[in-house]
Amino acid sequence: MIIGLNHYLAVSAILFGLGLACILVRRDVLLILMGLEMNLNAANLALVAFSRFGRGAEGQVLTLFVIAIAAAEAAVGLAIVVALFRNRHSVNVDDYRTLKG
Amino acid sequence: MSVVDTLFIFFSLALVLSGLMVVLSPNAVVSALYLVLVFVFTAGLYILLQAFFLAILQVLVYAGAIMVLFLFVIMLLDLRRPSRWWAGNLPMLAGGALVGLAFGLSVWATLRRTTWPDTPPATLFRGDLAAVVTPLFTRALLPVEITAILLLAATIGVVVLTRREERP
Repeated sequence: MIIGLNHYLAVSAILFGLGLACILVRRDVLLILMGLEMNLNAANLALVAFSRFGRGAEGQVLTLFVIAIAAAEAAVGLAIVVALFRNRHSVNVDDYRTLKG
Repeated sequence: MSVVDTLFIFFSLALVLSGLMVVLSPNAVVSALYLVLVFVFTAGLYILLQAFFLAILQVLVYAGAIMVLFLFVIMLLDLRRPSRWWAGNLPMLAGGALVGLAFGLSVWATLRRTTWPDTPPATLFRGDLAAVVTPLFTRALLPVEITAILLLAATIGVVVLTRREERP
């Protein structure tokens, strides 16, 4: 068996599915952010695999940007979590229902 | 089976198992530590894909900086109590299962309609540092600058968001 592009894409899809499950099933804001990071990681893995088998640097350059954006997103997301916790004393998303009419 | 194939199978299995533990673990701290493992094993897969620079960056930025941030916030908010997340949110579990099924079906349908090449291309891209970084100074210069501004905006936004309002 030769490990090819499709094997890497399968691993990426499974990782993306796990991140999606983490976002949907867990009710904890921090766990939802962790699921988001797993999704971005799966996308990165697919991009690097395409870069390797598609013979171009574009995928890896795009992955660099994704890592930078993910760092910014994690920082802002965690700041929002801290601000929410200060107001509601809870990190459960079911407790954030102020906007629900 | 070559060494690379064995390593690929090991890294993939470890990656999927760690990801599963992130979802299933009742303790947020344990989830965060398993997420570190996910990032490290992804870095291993990057090395197998000859993306050495990205593997180093993955360990430094993701497993280092971002996860320290996560753990710091978990400890700051004192969330060490385990949560029984599987109890009492049946609608969410059902919805999650439904969306997961739809996602799996769409992936399966896409895989069915794709014709894969039997053999990998003869010459593969080798992600050495110069090949990856040179576009950042030539073709991708504008996105780099925009990312810099975005990071500045994120920094200022975090400071504003977490500032405690002083009431007289």
